[in-house]
Amino acid sequence: MDKGTSWNWNDRELLRYLGHHGQEIPENVEQLIETCKRELEQTAVPRIICREYPLRIRDHEIDLTCFTTKSRSLERNLKDCERVLLFAATLGSRVDMLLQRYGRLQVSKAVVMQAAAVSMLETCCDEQNGALKEQYRQQGWYLRPRFSPGYGDFPLECQRGIFGALELNRRIGVMLTDSLLMTPSKSVTAVIGASRLPRDCTLQGCEACGKRDCLYRR
Amino acid sequence: MNIVNELENRIVFCDGGMGSLLQAGGLQPGELPGTWNVSHPEVLVKIHQEYLDAGADIVTTNTFGVDGLKYNEHTEYQLEPVIGAAVRNAKEAIRRSGKQAWVALDMGPTGKLLKPLGDLAFEEAYRLYSEVVTIGAREGADLVLIETMSDSYETKAAVLAAKEHCDLPVFVTVTFDERGKLLTGGSPASVVAMLEGLGVDALGMNCGLGPLQMKEILKDILAVSSIPVIVNPNAGLPRSEDGKTVYDIDAEAFAEAMGDIVKMGARMVGGCCGTTPEHIRRTVELCRGLEPVPVTKKHRTVISSFCQAVEIGGSPVIIGERINPTGKSKFKQALRDHNLEYILNEGVTQQDHGAHVLDVNVGLPEIDEPAMMEEVVRELQSIIDLPLQLDTSDPEAMERGLRVYNGKPLINSVNGKEESMRTVFPLVKKYGGVVVALTLDESGIPETAKGRVRIAEKIYRTAAEYGIGPEDILIDALCLTVSSDSRGALTTLETLRRVRDELHGKTVLGVSNISFGLPQREIINAAFFTMALQNGLSAAIINPNSEAMMRAYYSFRVLSDLDPQCRDYIGIYSGQTATLGASAVKGAGAGREGFGAAGSGVAGHGAADAGGNAGSADAGFGGLLGESIEKGLKEQAARAAAALLETRDALDVINEQVIPALDRVGKGFEQGTMFLPQLLMSAEAAKAAFEIIKERMQASGQTREKKGSIILATVKGDIHDIGKNIVKVLLENYSYDVIDLGKDVPPELIVQTAVEKKIRLVGLSALMTTTVPGMEETIRQLREASPETKVMVGGAVLTKEYAETMGADRYCRDAMASVNYAEEVLG
Repeated sequence: MDKGTSWNWNDRELLRYLGHHGQEIPENVEQLIETCKRELEQTAVPRIICREYPLRIRDHEIDLTCFTTKSRSLERNLKDCERVLLFAATLGSRVDMLLQRYGRLQVSKAVVMQAAAVSMLETCCDEQNGALKEQYRQQGWYLRPRFSPGYGDFPLECQRGIFGALELNRRIGVMLTDSLLMTPSKSVTAVIGASRLPRDCTLQGCEACGKRDCLYRR
Repeated sequence: MNIVNELENRIVFCDGGMGSLLQAGGLQPGELPGTWNVSHPEVLVKIHQEYLDAGADIVTTNTFGVDGLKYNEHTEYQLEPVIGAAVRNAKEAIRRSGKQAWVALDMGPTGKLLKPLGDLAFEEAYRLYSEVVTIGAREGADLVLIETMSDSYETKAAVLAAKEHCDLPVFVTVTFDERGKLLTGGSPASVVAMLEGLGVDALGMNCGLGPLQMKEILKDILAVSSIPVIVNPNAGLPRSEDGKTVYDIDAEAFAEAMGDIVKMGARMVGGCCGTTPEHIRRTVELCRGLEPVPVTKKHRTVISSFCQAVEIGGSPVIIGERINPTGKSKFKQALRDHNLEYILNEGVTQQDHGAHVLDVNVGLPEIDEPAMMEEVVRELQSIIDLPLQLDTSDPEAMERGLRVYNGKPLINSVNGKEESMRTVFPLVKKYGGVVVALTLDESGIPETAKGRVRIAEKIYRTAAEYGIGPEDILIDALCLTVSSDSRGALTTLETLRRVRDELHGKTVLGVSNISFGLPQREIINAAFFTMALQNGLSAAIINPNSEAMMRAYYSFRVLSDLDPQCRDYIGIYSGQTATLGASAVKGAGAGREGFGAAGSGVAGHGAADAGGNAGSADAGFGGLLGESIEKGLKEQAARAAAALLETRDALDVINEQVIPALDRVGKGFEQGTMFLPQLLMSAEAAKAAFEIIKERMQASGQTREKKGSIILATVKGDIHDIGKNIVKVLLENYSYDVIDLGKDVPPELIVQTAVEKKIRLVGLSALMTTTVPGMEETIRQLREASPETKVMVGGAVLTKEYAETMGADRYCRDAMASVNYAEEVLG
């Protein structure tokens, strides 16, 4: 579907977020998808922040220096890691404004825009994580897949710790509501373990999630 | 000595970073720094003293992030003692230093994003800042420093709070990123416009960047600012070493860069994150002897939205006139029905057609205009990035709009009558704005240009008494209908010329008035528009959706050397055929920074929709309507419905064509042959057909019977409402009256509405596990107060079991499930 744009779109993911299961895609839907992509390319201001901290795990207590937590799934994810990266990315508040606009005026477009924005954010994180992986590999470190609060039993409350440590409000304009939602909504926070030991097969994304009846599960 | 006078005479030095010094003093990660004002006053006094010894003139209280959200009756320390101690610590340090210095009451962001994108109301932000200012001023602070702001709206709340709760000077610094933008999108020009409009005493930037990166942005600020500029950078850019943040510029390099910054024109300099007393000492030593660059008035006529400034005086500015009920029965009905989507659509359409500013007039005798003005301003600025023109003759509506407006607006209008000026000018002065000034007074509208120029002069003079400069006034030369006064147009044009040449003022006109009473008004309007532009018109209130007007505008720009290389003109018209069809003209010109030319609305239907009028047989149109809905073709569906209604009864069209088509689509979605975007595009096509049918029915006195009312709401704590919006569109098509309570809705409001309106079905959505308790609580309260009411729930984290545990009557997996349940409950 791409027509020579600078952004690297993952159409398969985008369609998956729209609940697409192989149906024929009519021309007007395809056009709508393309329009949304172009508008996002002009509107999104991706911002990323990443900082490294020492990591200690003792008696199932995970100490990331800036906060501590207990979580079996995070502990599994960080097995053999000595250091940890706190990572955050956002597409910025103007994407939320676009979503708001079409949520009010043209909900079909809001739905497509929403899927495209999620896909864009994921790609953005993946590319950044790929670059980090390479960078660390050269220094003899192996990065684990990113793991976000809310995955498995990694408590959502840990958002507060991540927000405090990375000063996300001041640095990239992401804030936390009282109910621990991120605003702007198209934002991601995650923990990435760094180990001296290579490990290839790790669960990531859908496969790491406990919600097995999710509509969008791969 | 007042700090503002001091700034007029010399370079003033601010202190530097606080956080890292507190950490060095023992502040633990996660501990609130403000608490140390009370628990470790000596540490604070010592830090302030070190900065004073280094040469700082201003010591900033340790109150960044101190507000009622973090200090209140539920916390160990309360707001009052924490702020009181902060001011006292700063004063004690000054006393010990024995030098003359000033205490700045520091206020930073609340750490919350404001509504509607976040969960903090503008008024609540205002209240939080008001508390801090009240205590700080009482304790003896010398000025208020609002700093590290990255959202213009929150900044406005803080400035209003400061100005309404103390008489101290107000300084504001915001944080730009390396692109020279606020994190919420504002530019130096838009920030300066709003802050100068609000009457702050000095403005500038802090944090985010080091001094080297700030130089470029400083240039942009100095180019537009008429008041002293503050620069408080970080000690370079941050990097992380073993979990600690370190900065890359030492004191010497910092001071050197600050020297350049002072030479460029900054009047107050200091430091932010990572800077130490040593950074400040070096800076003071190097900059103290520098000659301050004079602060000059720029006399720009400029308005702004949250993210962009529009300057009036260069390329002519288009003010879209469509948000106005005058002579529009549909618009009036939308106001009466509280149909905000209709108004928002008018805004978006005008933006897509090239408007730079939107006029907002919601005056109608039978509605509460002040409340409506406030609501429409909030709604428009949450989805559109253009500046607004608040158009009302009701001072209360004007003030309510001005107060919640996120930027510096156009204000329409004042006139030469004493009473009008006495009412409007104080508002312009307080909130900031460029005001449209009608050249009429107690004796009416002068027939001659000379008379109108004289009124313009009087208005300028009176405005000056209120401290409003001529740059903040747009003279309306007044455009009377040419059919009743054949010399009317010439008088208007002469007035335009004379205001430009004799008064060096800026002008505005409601252009369309000229043709009132004549046939084919667009012909006259477009010709007069060109003439007015040629005679110096700075801004035009017109209908940007009119192809003729926009053609006149874009060709005038080409012919007046306002469109370099004819770029905009070619961009818009090169794709069009000789017949100049009704294609949408995208925005360009007048230096827009906004969403760009990305279209919106009904994008991408063109090709498939063309030629839908072919054929005339009744059955043909019936088939066409159904097919258009199934395929999600909005315009074609509307046209087919209109054609069908020529011969068929409205109810038959609904029952025999629209509903069966919707059912087919719904079934296709449930069976998985169609996916969500198709379902919704079909729903929108059906809605377009319904609009046509509704008009026809109203004309003949018929009504489509509603099947019942349903409340929809995203529960308290949750701000994701897309699922709710999807359900709404579908339910409305199936003839349910949807009461949309919005997002982040408290249980009490849902219950109250359900009881008052005797609602039999409520739909609730929640996206996150953390917001599900809000849903549970709502159901609990509903059961108590309105046991008959059924509750359906949906949202990403919900499951059937979960919904049952909460006591919901039905878990709806998707939007069609909610329609099915509504039919079960309401029929």
